[in-house]
Amino acid sequence: MSMSEPLFDPLAWLILLPLAWATLAFVLGPGRGAWPAIAGLATQCWLALDLAQKVGAGGTAAHVVGGWGAPLGIDLAVDGLSAAMLLLTQAVALPLAIYARSYFKPGDPAGTWFWPLTGFLIAGLNALFVSADLFNLYVTLELVGLAAVGLVAAGGGAQQVAAALRYLFATLVGSGAYLLGVALIYGAYGTVSIATLLPLVTDDAPRLAWIAGGLMVAGLMLKTALFPFHFWLPPAHGGAPAPVSALLSALVVKASFYLILRLWLGPLQAVLPAFAWLMALLGAAAIFWGSWQAIRAVKLKRLIAYSTVAQLGYLFLIFPLLAAPGAIHAGVMQVFAHGLAKAGMFAAAGVLIKATGQDTVAGLAGAVERLPVTMFAFGLAGMTLMGLPPSSGFLAKWQIIEAALAQGHWIIAAVVLAGGLLAAVYVLRVLRQAFLMAPASATLAPVPRTLEWSAFALAAASVLLGLRGVELMQLPGAVT
Amino acid sequence: MSTGFVFALAGAVLFSLGVAGVVLIGHLLRRILAFNLMGSGAFLVLVGLAQRQDVADPVPQAMVLTGIVVAVAATALALALVRKLHALTGQLGLPGDVDE
Repeated sequence: MSMSEPLFDPLAWLILLPLAWATLAFVLGPGRGAWPAIAGLATQCWLALDLAQKVGAGGTAAHVVGGWGAPLGIDLAVDGLSAAMLLLTQAVALPLAIYARSYFKPGDPAGTWFWPLTGFLIAGLNALFVSADLFNLYVTLELVGLAAVGLVAAGGGAQQVAAALRYLFATLVGSGAYLLGVALIYGAYGTVSIATLLPLVTDDAPRLAWIAGGLMVAGLMLKTALFPFHFWLPPAHGGAPAPVSALLSALVVKASFYLILRLWLGPLQAVLPAFAWLMALLGAAAIFWGSWQAIRAVKLKRLIAYSTVAQLGYLFLIFPLLAAPGAIHAGVMQVFAHGLAKAGMFAAAGVLIKATGQDTVAGLAGAVERLPVTMFAFGLAGMTLMGLPPSSGFLAKWQIIEAALAQGHWIIAAVVLAGGLLAAVYVLRVLRQAFLMAPASATLAPVPRTLEWSAFALAAASVLLGLRGVELMQLPGAVT
Repeated sequence: MSTGFVFALAGAVLFSLGVAGVVLIGHLLRRILAFNLMGSGAFLVLVGLAQRQDVADPVPQAMVLTGIVVAVAATALALALVRKLHALTGQLGLPGDVDE
């Protein structure tokens, strides 16, 4: 327990700071508020790092909001898994904020409400990762969902508004199913506190608990866009402005995955493992279907969005393997690898689209010559997605394969290897096009250097993390 | 069978109807209404199941109040988006999704 002065508790400030800069950005008016956001995110990075170090050293942190504890008040708690997710969120959001400040020119209608919505999104994510009861988790899920829908609609075109509505209905049905599950859990056990439920839900749990578990996981699968519930993701992530796509693909879909993992390892551990192979089967289907659609995609951002569908599949392969500790490490490493790489890749795609004035793979001819830094960033992110050493993607996939073979599930190892080959096909498809000679008529618009280098920083981080992955993988050892 | 249980059963039925509506109906306003039906169903289950010997439990009531706030916010956002879509396309249904 951190017994520090409640007013200076980093846990509370990780939620309050983004709320503060989001509100400030809203008050400042359309398109304003980039600098407060960047300053706030830099502070949040430091807070999250500090928290991760404390938790990594064997502690946990908790905070009772306003001094009112459960059942009527709200308890917040941080263990290794939450600390890792908090770290990833701030570490991805800060470079993306620097990117977005240059991406949205003054007066760009797509950037009108980017800063307030992003602030509310980050506040919702941070609150989700530290919530210690199932109902507060529902509220934070909705906060994240509503802010994300607002960001998707920001482009303002009919396609974007339609994608936002499709996403809104999917996310509302998902959280509705989760809420019904929470209602059944409360009916059966009279509490929604994760810590209190832990010893109560046993192997002889009533049928109500099984239905609740099924509903909650199904709802969260819809929100994580696991195949076949991925239909809303490609239009939403592919159609949004590049900084938004990056935030959504890197962070938002991971939040509902985090919650599945949290339930699986925590309060519903007696119930959920019955679904382990179903999850792995859908994960494998996601890898094949997502990769196939990415290979066929016409638009660049659509290709990257389908790659997200595929990469999310790997996260679900770990569920039958959770008996071995390596599986959680693999899952967290894959969340980081994909988070950093996909943020970098969408950011690079944003540069390419701004420069070429079009969002197609075919339009990339000559990009390597004209935008070498951006294409290098795309290549590095691609390396992580393919799982080439020494990237963090390699570390994640290697850990899954090791855990699978140790338990005799060679089929999972085979899926991981096949998925890596398919990723190579769609990444190399983009790189090959970029290496072609540009048509004589092609002109490239100049692009701010900040955009290129922030994309590069994210992609390079996804590779370099592979060299320093051990400390990170030790963190979720401390799941409570 | 206690009254609480009857409420919970009715809630489960309403929830299922609501989900079916959101998934199957094309008209966007009716889909938003269906979402609200779904939410109310979940609230009824929450309050109904927790009612033991017909004595109300205050904790789920507080949760439902919070849930209603969330549902109102979601409905407002959905309505704003539907208005925007209607202004852009003149339609009250979702256009097909294309990758070209």
